[in-house]
Amino acid sequence: MALIAEKYAEEIEGILKRFPDKKSAVLPLMHLAQQAYGHMSREAMQEVADILEISPTHVLALSGFYSLYYEEPVGKYVLEICNDLACALRGADEFVEMVCHKLGVPVDGTTADGLFTVKTVMCLGACDRAPMLQCNLKFEEHLDEEKFDQLIARLRAEAESGKEEPSVVEKIMAYAKS
Amino acid sequence: MAHILLRHRDIENIHELDVYLAHGGYEGLKKALSIQPDEVIEVVKKSGLRGRGGAGFPTGIKWGFIPKGPGEKYVIINTDESETGTFKDRELVEKNPHQVIEGALIAAYAIGARTIYNYFRGEYMDAAYRFEEALKACYERGLLGQNILGSDFSCDFYCHYGAGAYICGEETALINSLMGNLGQPWSKPPFPAIEGLYGKPTVVNNTETLANVPPILVNGPEWYTSMGTEKSPGVKIVCMSGHVERPGNYEVEMGVTYRQLIEMAGGMRNGRKFKALLPSGGSGPVITEEALDAPMTYEGLTPYGSVMGSSSVIVMDETTDMVWAALKMVHFFRHESCGKCTPCREGTFWMEKVLSRIYHGYGTERDLQILESVANQIGGRCLCALGDFAVNPVLSTIRHFFDEYKAKVSGAGQKQQATRETAVATAD
Repeated sequence: MALIAEKYAEEIEGILKRFPDKKSAVLPLMHLAQQAYGHMSREAMQEVADILEISPTHVLALSGFYSLYYEEPVGKYVLEICNDLACALRGADEFVEMVCHKLGVPVDGTTADGLFTVKTVMCLGACDRAPMLQCNLKFEEHLDEEKFDQLIARLRAEAESGKEEPSVVEKIMAYAKS
Repeated sequence: MAHILLRHRDIENIHELDVYLAHGGYEGLKKALSIQPDEVIEVVKKSGLRGRGGAGFPTGIKWGFIPKGPGEKYVIINTDESETGTFKDRELVEKNPHQVIEGALIAAYAIGARTIYNYFRGEYMDAAYRFEEALKACYERGLLGQNILGSDFSCDFYCHYGAGAYICGEETALINSLMGNLGQPWSKPPFPAIEGLYGKPTVVNNTETLANVPPILVNGPEWYTSMGTEKSPGVKIVCMSGHVERPGNYEVEMGVTYRQLIEMAGGMRNGRKFKALLPSGGSGPVITEEALDAPMTYEGLTPYGSVMGSSSVIVMDETTDMVWAALKMVHFFRHESCGKCTPCREGTFWMEKVLSRIYHGYGTERDLQILESVANQIGGRCLCALGDFAVNPVLSTIRHFFDEYKAKVSGAGQKQQATRETAVATAD
C-alpha cells in the first residue's frame, strides 16, 4: 500500500530534505504512518520501510522501542494519562480510576464503540498542571471530573459530526512542506 | 527583577520575531558574528555557564572540544525533556523560542556548524508550533539560511520529533535516535565532539543552556558571573511540583535555598508539614528537612548525598508513603531502561518486583536485603547514567525512611489493595 506516499507526499519530501541520510526520517514517517493506518500495522511498517529503503524488521524494532507507536489497534482517541510521581502527588492515580470507571474500560482498554483507549504513561512534562493527559498528542491540563466529562462530550460530538480536524502530528509535519 | 530566560512573562508576544527584535533580539548573534568563533567560546567559558540539563558540564569547554578547521559539524538542541518533574524547556520552546534559536545559532557559529537540529520529545509536538513558526520567520528575514545577517555564516535549522523514550535525553542515545536507530547510548569514547551525528563532530546542548547564551554575549561574562555563586554562576529555571501551593517554573539566581524555593511556590499545600523532596526529578537522591537550607547549586547538596541536576523539585508532604514514592520512581526507570546494559535492564526489573512486593505488604526482612543488594549491583556498571539514577530513589529512601520499609515488612502495615496497585502495575 502507498497510503502515506499519497496522502503526505509533500511532507515526506520535505522531511527527507532535512537529513543527509534518509534513515533519519524514520520516526517522523512512522508518526505519519500511524496517523494514516491507525496503528503500526504490518502494512504501515512495510510502507515506511519501502520509502526509506530499510528493513521492515528495523521499523518493527523501533515501534517496540518508542512508546508513542501503538503495536495494537487503538481507539479513535487515545487518552494517555500521566500518573508518574509528580502527577500522582496531585491525584493522578485517582483520576485514572475515575476515567476507567466512567468509560467502563481497564487501563489499555478500548471502549466498545471504538472511540476511546485509556493508557497510563510516564511523565509528560506538565507536572504543574496535574492531573493531565494527552489526547492524540494534544495536552489537556488541570483536569477534574467535570472537565473530563466536557472533554469526552466534545470528542463524542466531534466524532459524530464526522468533521476531521488536522491532528497534532499532521499540523507539525505540515511545517516540513516546501 | 526582570526575567532573563522566561522573558515572555515580562514581554507579551515575544515569540513573534518583531517583538523579539524590538527587545534586543538577535543582538547576541550580531555580537558573536562581529568577533572570531574562538572568542565566542572564550566568552562562554568565562561566563561559567554549565549544562542545564542536569549533568552541569561547562558549556564553553564542551564547545572547545570540537576540532577546528573545515568539515561538517552539527549542533543539536536537546528538547527531549523527559525527567519526571521537569517542564522548563517546554515553556521556553513554546513561549520564548527565538532566544533558544539565537543561542543555538551562536553555538553553531562558535564551532563552525552549518546545520542545527532541535530534537523535541514526540510528546512536545503540541508545544512546538510557535518554534516552527519562529524558524519560518527567521528564514524569511535572513536570520537563517545563506549568509546570515550579511555575514559569511550560513546555517540551516530543522526540528525533529522523537517518539517517547526518556533515554534519548542521553546525548549518544539522542544522536542514535536522530540517525534512525534505536535510542540507545554507545560506549564513549568516541565522544560526540569527535564522532557524533553521522560520525561528525557534534555539540548537544540542553534547551535552557542555549537560552542563556544570547544575554551572555550581549551583557558580557562578568555580568553573568555577578549572579549566582562563584562555582555555580547565573540563573536557573526551577520546576516546582508536588505538594506545593503553586507548582510551576520559577527563574532564580543559583544559590537560593530549597526552603526559599518552597516558599516561592506558595509553601506546602493545605498547610501540611514538609517530609521530603526530590531535587532532580526522579534521578537524584531524596533529601529531607536537614538539607532544606542548602543552596541550590551544582555543589550545594553534595554534603547531603544528593545533586541539583536539572533542578526539578518534587515536594512531598507528611502524608506521602515513601515506599510508594520509591516504587513510582523505580517503575519509571524500569519502563525507560533501554535494555542495552544487563545490570540496568534486569536490575530495574527486579527492583520494581521486590519493591512492589514490599509496598503491597507481602515483603519480608530478606526482601529489604535483596532490594539493597540488587541496587548496589547496578550503579556504576552501565554505559549511561540511567542505571545510577534508578538506584537513587531506592537507596536514598531506605537511608532516610528505613522505618517505613520496616513497618511494611513486619506486617504492621496493612496489605494494600487495588487503587494504587492497579495504577502502578498496569502502566506499560
